[in-house]
Amino acid sequence: MTDIFPKPELDRRTLLRRAAAVGLLATPAVGMLSACVGSSDEGTQDQATGTKSADNPLGIDPKAGVEIVIFNGGLGTDYATKVDTPLFNKKWPEAKVTYSQTEEISTVIQPRINGGNPPDMINNSGSKLMDFGAIVKAGQAADLTDLFAAPSLDIQGKTVADTLVPGAIEQGSYDGKPFAVNYSYTVFGLWYNATLFKKNSWTPPTTWAEFTALCDKMKAAGVVPFGYAGANASYYMVRAILTSAGKIGTEQVLKDIDNLKEGAWTNDAIKQAAEAWAGIGKNYINKTFLGLRHTEVQLQQNQDKVGFYPCGSWLENEQAKDTPKGFEYAIAAYPSVTAADKLPATAINAAAGEIYFAAAKGKNPQGGKEYLRTMLSKEAALEFTKLTKSLTVVAGASDGQTISPGLTSANDAVTKAGKDIFMGYLFDTWYKKLDDESRAAANDLMFKDYDAAKFCERMEKASQAVAKDSAVTKFTRS
Amino acid sequence: MRHGKYPFIIGFLVVPVALYAVFVVWAYIQAFYLSVYEWSGLGPVENFVGLENFRKMWDDTTFWQSIKHNIFLLVFLPLITVVLALVFAFLLNVGGGHKGGVTRGVWGSKVYRIIFFFPQLLALAIVAVIFGRVFGPDKSGMINGLFPESWSPWLFLADERYAMGCILVVLVWQAVGFYVVLFSAGMGNIPTEVYEAAAIDGASRVTLFFKITIPLLWNTVQVAWVYLGIAAFDAFALVNIMTVDRGGPDGATSVLSLMIYRNAFEFSQAGYASALGVVLFFLTLTFAWVTLSATRRESVEA
Repeated sequence: MTDIFPKPELDRRTLLRRAAAVGLLATPAVGMLSACVGSSDEGTQDQATGTKSADNPLGIDPKAGVEIVIFNGGLGTDYATKVDTPLFNKKWPEAKVTYSQTEEISTVIQPRINGGNPPDMINNSGSKLMDFGAIVKAGQAADLTDLFAAPSLDIQGKTVADTLVPGAIEQGSYDGKPFAVNYSYTVFGLWYNATLFKKNSWTPPTTWAEFTALCDKMKAAGVVPFGYAGANASYYMVRAILTSAGKIGTEQVLKDIDNLKEGAWTNDAIKQAAEAWAGIGKNYINKTFLGLRHTEVQLQQNQDKVGFYPCGSWLENEQAKDTPKGFEYAIAAYPSVTAADKLPATAINAAAGEIYFAAAKGKNPQGGKEYLRTMLSKEAALEFTKLTKSLTVVAGASDGQTISPGLTSANDAVTKAGKDIFMGYLFDTWYKKLDDESRAAANDLMFKDYDAAKFCERMEKASQAVAKDSAVTKFTRS
Repeated sequence: MRHGKYPFIIGFLVVPVALYAVFVVWAYIQAFYLSVYEWSGLGPVENFVGLENFRKMWDDTTFWQSIKHNIFLLVFLPLITVVLALVFAFLLNVGGGHKGGVTRGVWGSKVYRIIFFFPQLLALAIVAVIFGRVFGPDKSGMINGLFPESWSPWLFLADERYAMGCILVVLVWQAVGFYVVLFSAGMGNIPTEVYEAAAIDGASRVTLFFKITIPLLWNTVQVAWVYLGIAAFDAFALVNIMTVDRGGPDGATSVLSLMIYRNAFEFSQAGYASALGVVLFFLTLTFAWVTLSATRRESVEA
C-alpha cells in the first residue's frame, strides 16, 4: 500500500493529536511580533564629543567613529559610499565611518533603537520606514537646531539653513523643532512622454476642459489617458487629488487637513477636486489598474499605452532600465480645476523627502550631524543629483547642468512656478492610519463609485477619529 | 542504568523547552502585559490604560471585517481541504480496486502523490507572488490570458467580491498536498484485511470510503481540522503580498494577523496590536477546544 511511508511503531494518531496541541500554542506566534518590549530609558551610554571651533562647529570628536545606515532603494547607495563618506573622511580622516545598507529600515533599526544601541545617522525611508513622529516623541531623534545654524561646508558665509530651498527644514520639524533632514527634493505632477506628445501634436493642458479634451484624443488614439496603480501606489492618486485641492483653495486647505481641523476634508476645494478627478476615473482610467502594481503601470507608460501618470520626480530614475530609447520623460503641472482657482495653473507641489536623522541616543550623535552637514554641502548635493537623477534641497546645486530630460523638465517646472510652489501635506507621515484610509478612499473614488461626497465624508470621519484618539501623538503646522 | 534516565531525558528536553519558553511562552506573557498599555512600540512602556484597547477594538470596523474574513477561512479552508485531501488520498491508496489480495491506488498514483506534495515545498511568499500573477487583472494575468481576447478581464483580487475567494483558493492549493500525504499515511495504517472482508461482502468503493476509511481515519481528520483552522487564523503572508493595497480593496481581504502587523509596525500602536494578539490567542484556543470536543466520537481502533 503506502510504500513510501513506512508503518509507524508508535501510535501516530496520538502523537499527532499531541502535536496539534503544541502547534496551537506555537502558531499564533504573531503575538510575538508585538512583544518586543522597549528597554528602559536609564543608562544612556557615553557619547563622543569634542571642542567646538570655527572649523568644528558641531564639536565632534575627530577620532570617534560614525555609524551610518542607508536605505537601499530607488536612490541606490552609491551616493553614500562614493561621495558622502569620502568627503566626510577628507575633512575628518581619523573618524572611521561604519557603513551598512538595508532594504528594511524598521526591521534592522527599530530593535537597535529599543536596545539603546542605534547607529548615529539613519536614512529612514522605503516601505518599511519607521514612524518618524513616534521616534521624535520617544526622544530618539537628535535635535538638529545646531546643525542648521552651523556654517555650510562649502558655501562661504552662509549657514546650512540659508543654503536650503524654502520649506525644507519645516518638512522635518515637529512642533517647531527640526529633527530630520529631508534631503531629496521631489517635484510632483503629471508625467508623460514628450516624444509621444510631439508625434501626436498634443500639448500639456492648463485647464480642466483642455485636460478632458486631450484625454478624449488619447482615448481615440488607443492610449489609456490616465493611470495609477491601485494595488500599492494609490497614495500617488491621493497626492493628485490634494494638489488640485491646494491649487483651488491654496495650501491652507492642506494645512487644515494636517492639523486635523474639523471640516478640513469637507471643504469645498476638496469636494471640487475630488469631483473633477472622479470624472477622470469614470471616463479615462483602465479598470484593471486597481489590481496592478506601480512598476506594471509605469511599464505600460513606457510602452506608450498610458498617457499621464501622477508621480514624483524619482520616476525617471526608477524606470531608467525599462525606458526605451526615444522615450523622454516630462512633467506637467496639474491643470486648474476651475477658473476661480486661487493658485495659477503653473503652481506645483514640490517637497523635500527622504528622511535622514541623527539618533539622539547613539554613541556619536554630533558625528551623525556632521555627516549630515557633509551631505548638505554643494559638492555632495551635485554628485547626489548626478548619481540619482534626483534634485536635493540644497538650492541651485545642480543649476546649469544637463543631466536628463525628466530632471530638466522638473527644474523648468520649478522655475515656471516661481513663488507658487507649495510643500503639500504631512498627514501621511504624521498619521499613518489616516494615510491608509486615504489610499482606500482614493481607490474607491477612482475605480468604484466616483462619489466625491462620500470620499470627503469618509476622510472627515477618519480624520476626526484620529483627532480624538489619545493614543496618537498629534503634531501641528502653520 | 536507571539512575541515568533523568539526565538523559533532561538532556534532550532542555534546549527545545528553553527555546519554547523564551520565544513562545515569554512572548505571550509580554503580549498580555502590553495589551493593557498604550505603547507606540518605541521607548518606555508606561501609559497604563486598562481595557481601553479592547474597547477601541469593539468600535473598530476593520476589526469586525477582519474577524468576518477569518471566520470565512475558518469554515471553508478546513472543509474544502479535508474533503479534497480525503478523496485524493483514497484514490491514491484504495481507489484502484482490489487485485490479487492487494488494494491499490489509481493508475499513476505514485506520480500524483509527488505532484500533490509539490506546493508544500514552496515558501508561502513565493506561492503568493506566483498566484499574484495567476490572478493578474489584465491580459498579462495567467487566467485572464487564457480567456478569449474579446472578454473583458476578470479583476480577481481587485474585485472585492472575489478577492477573499482568491485567497481561499491559494490556501487550499497549498495545503491539500500535505493532507493527502497525512491521510495516505493514516490509510496505510488500516489493515488490508478490513478492506478485503468488506470487498468480499460486496461493498462498492463509495461504501468502502464512507464505512471503512472515514471511521478508521477519524482521529487524523480531527487533527487535520485543527491544524487547518489554525492556518485559517493566520493567512498573513498571502494577504500581505497578494492583495490590493494590502488587505484591500478597501479592507475586503483584511485579516487579524495583518491588522496586528500593521498596527504594531506601521501605525505605531503596539499596545493595540498586542490587544489584537490576545484576542487572536483566545479565538484560536476556543476554536481548537470546540473542534476537538465537537468532533469527539467513539474512536474505532483497527
